[in-house]
Order: sequence, then C-alpha cells, then structure tokens
Amino acid sequence: MIKVMIGNHAVSYGVMLSRVQVIPAYPITPQTSIVEELSEFCADGHLNARFIKVESEHSAMACCIGASAAGARTFTATSSQGLALMHEMLHWATGARLPIVMANVNRALGPPWNIWNDQTDSLSQRDTGWLQFYCESNQEVLDTVIQSFKISEEVLLPTMLVLDAFFLSHTAEAVDVPDAQDVDRYLPRYQARYRLDVDNPHSFGNLATPEYYQGFRNKIQDDMIRARTVAKKADEDFESIFHRSYGFTEAYQCEGADLILVTSGTVVSTSRIVIDELRKEGRKVGLLKIRMFRPFPFDDVIGALKDAKKVAVLDRAISFGHSGIFAQEIMSAMYNQPSKPLIYSYITGLGGLDVTPRIITDIINDACERDIPPQESIWIGGKS
Amino acid sequence: MVKEVTKLIHKYLRHDKKFPHVWCPGCGNGVILGALIRAIDRLGLEKDEIVLASGIGCSGRMPVYVDFNTLHATHGRALTFATGIKLAKSSLTVITVMGDGDATAIGGNHFIHAARRNLNITAIIINNQIYGMTGGQSSPTTPYGCYASTATYGHIEHAFSIAELAKTAGASFVGRGTVYHIHLLEKLIKHAIVKRGFSVVEVISNCHIQFGRRNQMEDPVTMLEWMRDHSVTVEKAKDMEAEALKGFFTIGILADVEKPIYTEEYTNIQKRAKLLNPL
Repeated sequence: MIKVMIGNHAVSYGVMLSRVQVIPAYPITPQTSIVEELSEFCADGHLNARFIKVESEHSAMACCIGASAAGARTFTATSSQGLALMHEMLHWATGARLPIVMANVNRALGPPWNIWNDQTDSLSQRDTGWLQFYCESNQEVLDTVIQSFKISEEVLLPTMLVLDAFFLSHTAEAVDVPDAQDVDRYLPRYQARYRLDVDNPHSFGNLATPEYYQGFRNKIQDDMIRARTVAKKADEDFESIFHRSYGFTEAYQCEGADLILVTSGTVVSTSRIVIDELRKEGRKVGLLKIRMFRPFPFDDVIGALKDAKKVAVLDRAISFGHSGIFAQEIMSAMYNQPSKPLIYSYITGLGGLDVTPRIITDIINDACERDIPPQESIWIGGKS
Repeated sequence: MVKEVTKLIHKYLRHDKKFPHVWCPGCGNGVILGALIRAIDRLGLEKDEIVLASGIGCSGRMPVYVDFNTLHATHGRALTFATGIKLAKSSLTVITVMGDGDATAIGGNHFIHAARRNLNITAIIINNQIYGMTGGQSSPTTPYGCYASTATYGHIEHAFSIAELAKTAGASFVGRGTVYHIHLLEKLIKHAIVKRGFSVVEVISNCHIQFGRRNQMEDPVTMLEWMRDHSVTVEKAKDMEAEALKGFFTIGILADVEKPIYTEEYTNIQKRAKLLNPL
C-alpha cells in the first residue's frame, strides 16, 4: 500500500511491521514524532508493544538493554544531544550482545544550539560497536528498520539507522508500506537466543578477567565482520519478497569516471542530479553513495574507487584536528591498494547548511583543478 | 506609563537582537520573565552581577532574551552548570530557569542534589505539566489521567509535586506561585534571590497549546482561570480541613529555613583543616 508519510513516520511504520515489543523513549527534536506515532500505535493496539516515556535518553537506552536482555524485540529513537547522552549505554548494548535497533535523526550538536542536520552525532558513535546505515529516502528508512532487526538478531549486535533531520524526518514522500504478512515471513516473531529466564538462568554483565575480556571483544569484531555477509543476505532476501534492495554502497555513473564524489544521506539525491548534468557536458564524473558505514564495506568501496584518478569526499561532519570522518575512512580503505586515487576531503552542510547543486558542483570543480589534495579538509560555505 | 515599561524592557532585554521570541502567543513564560525582571529591578541588582542559566525547552530560551551573563546549557543540566559557576565565582547572583521536564526528569538527579547541597542558587521551575517545545509529551508533572501526545488515552503515571520534592530534598526556601497571581510571583522571586541558600520557586504556568488543547483548556484565559479557581494561599490553607483542600494546590511560601550554605561550609572546613595541618 502506498502511503504519503514523513521520514519519521516511515520509521514508526517499520517498527510496527517489525512487531517490536518494548519501546522506551525520550522526546528530542527532530526525532519526537517517531515515538509519538509509536505511542499511539501501542495505545490503540496497532502494535502489541509496551511504550514508556522515560526520564532521559540515557534511561531510554538502559531500559532498552533491560528489555532486550529479557528477550523482547526492542526499539528506540533519538537525535543529537540525546544520542550523546546515551553513549555509555551504547557500548553496553554491544558488550551485552543485545540486538537493539535505534533510529537516529542526524542533528548537529551544541553549542551553539542548532536543531538542523549534520552527521557528527552518529559518526562520533562510530566506535561503540553498533552497525550503522545512512538512509537516503523515506522508503529506504522504512525498509532499513525491518532489515536492521533481521541483521541484528542474527549477529547479536545492535543497529543504528540514520536519517537526515528535516530533509527526511519532516519531509513527506510516497512510501510503499509492505504487507504485514510479508514482513512476518521475512522477519518472524522474535525468539531471543539468550535471555533472562528463570528456567535457564543466564547472567549478563559479569566481571571478566583480561584474557576473557579480550576474547569477548574479539568475538564482537568477528561478528561485525560476519555482519557483512548477514546484511548482504538480508538485503537479497528482502528483494526477493519486496522487490527492493539497497546494497552497502551504490555506485552511480562510476564506470570510466576520472573523479568520483563520495557522500551519504540525502545529499546523494542532489548529487545524482549534479552528476547527470556534468555527464551531459561530457565530464567523466561518478558518485558513490555509502549506505552501510559499520561494518565498513571495504570491498565495495575499493571496487568502486580503485580505477578513478580522484575522489572527492563530501562530509557533513568533521573530526576536529583531522578531517572529514567519511574521508578518513575512505583514505584508510584505499591506502594498501596498488592503484589508488587522490582523495580530497570537503566539509560542508554542517548545522543544516543547505548542500545545493551549486555547492556540489563547486566541490567537483575544485577537486578537478587541484593537482594534489591539501593535508587539511577544504571548507565550503558558512560564515565566520 | 508605557514609556517606563519600555525603558525597563530596553534596560534588561536584548530587544534589538534576539526578538521576536519563540514563545506562543499567551504563553506564561513572558509573564514569568516580566516578574523576574521586575524583581531584579526592584532589588537594585547590577545586570553584570547576575547569571541566568537554563537548560532546554521553551524555558531554555529565557536567557537568550535578557542582558545578563547568560548560559543556555544542555537538557536538565542548568543546575550543574550553575554549580560550577558558583564554585568558580561565588559572588555572582546565580539564577536558573528550568521547565518541569528539564528540572525533574532528565535533570531530576541534579535538582535533588543541588537542594541537598544548599548552594546559594535560585531555581525558578516553570511547571506547565508537559513537554511544550517537543510537542506535548507527558512529563513528571503531567497529572494522572490527563492527556499528552504520548498519552493519547490518558496518562497512567502519577505526578511529582515539585515544591514538596524541593522541601524534602533540603532546599532553604521553597515558594509556589502561578502566572495568574502575578504580584505574589514577583514577591516570591525577590524572596528567593535574596535568600541565602538553595531557593526554589515553582511557577504553575500555562501551555494552552500543548497541554490545554488536549485537556479541555484551549486558551490561556481558561488556564489562568483554572489557576485562580484551584489555588489556595498557604495562609488560608492553614485553617482548612484536609478534605476541603482536595483538588486545590497551595501558593505562597512553603518553606523558609536557615542553614549554612555550601560555600561558607567550604571556607570553614578549609580553615579547620589548615589549623590541624599547618603548611
């Protein structure tokens, strides 16, 4: 059934169709309408789940951990400062091997206060052991919620799906809402492999000596790596039922491209138009969309970029003192390749700064003109 | 008359920089800001000696509009930022303004500990019984059975009494006012600022947009009339039976006790330690 809905409600529908059982949440702009819609689904019986509005985001994630350990399919949503406040619990959810799924609406961190889009909030949770998917459309958002549970419950690691503040969260698009029966076929009711159970007691969160501690960490990494295979299969299975799939990355017009622009989220949609225009002018340019950020899709990225002369990475985030975060990841992925492109890091779109076709064109032109990438990232737009 | 008011506004507000403000027409926040400014003006405090700190939510915008030293901090943490300010520069008059969700949910822990610690800080807590800015989610003071965007069929949790919580946690001064009883409110804020110790003024305010409209009080006047009709002064309540007080809340000074403040205790303990362990 096609419904017109904002990105936040696409999340809510995905959660409803995934038959989530516990949803602890705390309001924060621009996430709030995700959990508001869910609280209504829970109250009117569209979703047979318990919803609780707790007293902070830290409590929300702690409550998710409790619910997931008790064997419930668990979801929450947050944004920006809320995600930052959860940080301690994000590590905990991973260490406890709980397949929690969370939607994060990308919003800038303060100060100065700003409620608009950038990716620093989720990218600064890179090392917490959560899988991360960056979505481009409301359809992708809904589908990724369902896929996230499928993947997380297989590898016993939590997943964060990410959508742009306002550009997706509050923008309505036509979304094909899958049939509940089909989703049930794809994602059966949750049966936790390990849970708190009086008949078969398990203990979560014990002290581990160094040897065991490192061993547990090693297992997390093994399962993160395995998550690539699991996510690939989850995407293929999804396609066989729903006729849609997304891959880890999407290479657009990359064949024979001398320069490839790399970006994520809604900027990808704008970039496609720019690439089309430049291709019409005979320029050899392509685009690589990064959808899965953790685990990092090395093979896809290397495959798409290895033959290009130059790569321009457009980051809506900055690691202060280094460069754009996606740019660093791309550089490190390419470093050991025998043939590799020059990689340029561009910072723009922070705090909701509009990334227009003009800005994207400027970035491409700038990268074409510079013989060697500067050590520092190149900033585009903004006032000092 | 208008001219005097304008002078007052121009003296204390960043009128040419930060306006128009974000508050909805009829919001109680403006009434509270007015009472705060008049209280400060009548106390004759210097603007530069005052710090106004806030957290997040509609109340969090208040420091943006005034020409004091201001700090718009993170959600729930106004009192922790204020604690740091007071330790670094205890001569400053530190006032925090918070909402009910801000002060008693995400910042609830800080609230009780600030009261227990008894730093010389004034906490104005605007209680509109809802999360206003994010769209009307239930807060720790949403009454049982009332409606919120996350309680569309009625709220099943029970509310905190902010003033009672402050008393129990050890605040030196606790007052409760409303945006209807404007003279009382100004008096309570003045008293709280002058009081040495942790002082709390709970202000019952109207969010007719997010709370009222879901709870059969769609306009500010109806909400103000509700405050008028459901409040009893502390003085009057003394002579009333518990039965007769049901459904009413008390307004006025609820606690006013003398106890040493944290920074004084700190200086004393340093002196004692120096005597016992001379350098």
